[in-house]
Amino acid sequence: MDKSQLNDPFEKARLEKGIGHMNDQGDPVQMLLRLKDVRKAAHQWKNFQSGGEDIGRIVVPSEEKIRDIRQIPFEVDPPEHGEYRALVEAWFKRPLEDEYQEKLHKQIQSLIDRVLQMDSVEVVSELALPLQSRALTLLLNIPYEEAETWIGWGTHVFRSEDTALDGDKANILYKYIDAQIDKAIADPGEDLYSVLLDADFQGRKLTKEEVKGVMILTFAGGRDTVINVVTNTIAYFAEHPESLNRLKKEPEVIGKAVEELVRYFSPLTHMGRVVTADTHVCEHAAKANSRISLCWASANRDASVFEQPNEVVLDRKMNPHVAFGFSHHKCLGATHARQILKTLITVLADKSPEISILDAKENIEDLDQFKRKVGFNSLHVQFKYTT
Amino acid sequence: MVKITFITQENETITVEGNSGSIMELAVNNTIKGIDGDCGGVCSCATCHVHVAPEYMEVVGPPSEIENDMLELDDNVTEYSRLSCQIPLKETLDGIVLKVAN
Ligand code: HEM
Ligand code: FES
Repeated sequence: MDKSQLNDPFEKARLEKGIGHMNDQGDPVQMLLRLKDVRKAAHQWKNFQSGGEDIGRIVVPSEEKIRDIRQIPFEVDPPEHGEYRALVEAWFKRPLEDEYQEKLHKQIQSLIDRVLQMDSVEVVSELALPLQSRALTLLLNIPYEEAETWIGWGTHVFRSEDTALDGDKANILYKYIDAQIDKAIADPGEDLYSVLLDADFQGRKLTKEEVKGVMILTFAGGRDTVINVVTNTIAYFAEHPESLNRLKKEPEVIGKAVEELVRYFSPLTHMGRVVTADTHVCEHAAKANSRISLCWASANRDASVFEQPNEVVLDRKMNPHVAFGFSHHKCLGATHARQILKTLITVLADKSPEISILDAKENIEDLDQFKRKVGFNSLHVQFKYTT
Repeated sequence: MVKITFITQENETITVEGNSGSIMELAVNNTIKGIDGDCGGVCSCATCHVHVAPEYMEVVGPPSEIENDMLELDDNVTEYSRLSCQIPLKETLDGIVLKVAN
């Protein structure tokens, strides 16, 4: 009964020191572990920047060596950051539209119907990846069939089995996006590529490089995170059928359940910032040009804010979590991600299958001082109709 | 039915009515511009920030500590700031005027 559990490896360090240390490729990171500190540092973009010269450095593990394209708006600071975001903000709210939600519901319903027919399902590759890829066609507003290409890339676009970062694999995505941009230039449509190519920015059009920077981020930011949420959700309901029953009877709780599951799973463990001038974080010195990280996963278990932080409380009323980040860079894909999870839960609650875990291989992140289970490398389950 | 008036950033005045749920839900259901309610009302997104008209501040009451921590780091915070998802609709709020903060 504990396969779906995600423990909190940060508790001791969070209480005693408030920070953790991670040595990443010789470029150490001081991890902020308390909710208030994480929020404050996320807000103070002048002291803790995202848009420095060293592209890829705010990601942990650092992507400096494998990437030289700036991800937009992620690696840009205000005020420019806001100008870029203004170009895409409305586009990323489209998941609130009825038509979008109906299409998403159909996609997820047909996937769940399919796995219900199978003897056993490997959730990561046979459910979460196709679900994430198909849903992304809605977000980009491109044909459904395109998802097959992305599914073919496998679960790890930037990582391979034995190395945390893999430049060759990332190149597949970069080449693909280059080709899609050229296609949209030749034959503009109503997809995100075309919208970006047509957008006005500071009195000019976006460059191909900038469009690429937005698209890479959209692919990268929304892939592992969504796959993680879907897989962990299936594991959770396998071990908590009573929760699924409750959500069937009380669908009005689903919105709160979505927030609570995202808090509990915290699919993105942390994100870095570069310190611009000598300062202190949580009473520890932080030198100019060193790195800190905002540990969303630790902040989301901070017992000074969350009662019973290590429990999933489906209808948690006060839930000021930072799983989607905080302040300027808060997740642009959150509306889409929330809608996916809401729809998945609605479809699952409706069918109420019995889900049994047959085999699970955990995905443990190595954060040096901490080892954090983020989810699964593989999860074999069986879905059975109970009615 | 309780009457609530919102004034948006563009100075549009909209009066709507409701009898249950939170002020944020009422605003979202009536597509009040500037109130998105992204997190559904669990105090995690601050996209429901309003300024309460001073004369109503007493009936509305002050924010809780958790809400206050959220407000502190949001844009345009004043002593009249509240997250509208944390204000349940009730009779005593009838006639209240709220300015959308962002
Ligand atoms: C449950 C799923 C997801 C989680 C937990 C998540 C988490 C996050 C977090 C914590 C940040 C803040 C990073 C920072 O402050 O540096 C972020 C930013 C971002 N996310 Fe997500 N994300 C998810 C899904 C998505 C999806 C589906 C997309 C798009 C397809 C997406 C696109 C982005 C973008 C573009 C940013 C950068 C925003 C900016 O810099 O202004 N995310 N996400
Ligand atoms: S709706 Fe998210 S904080 Fe009020």
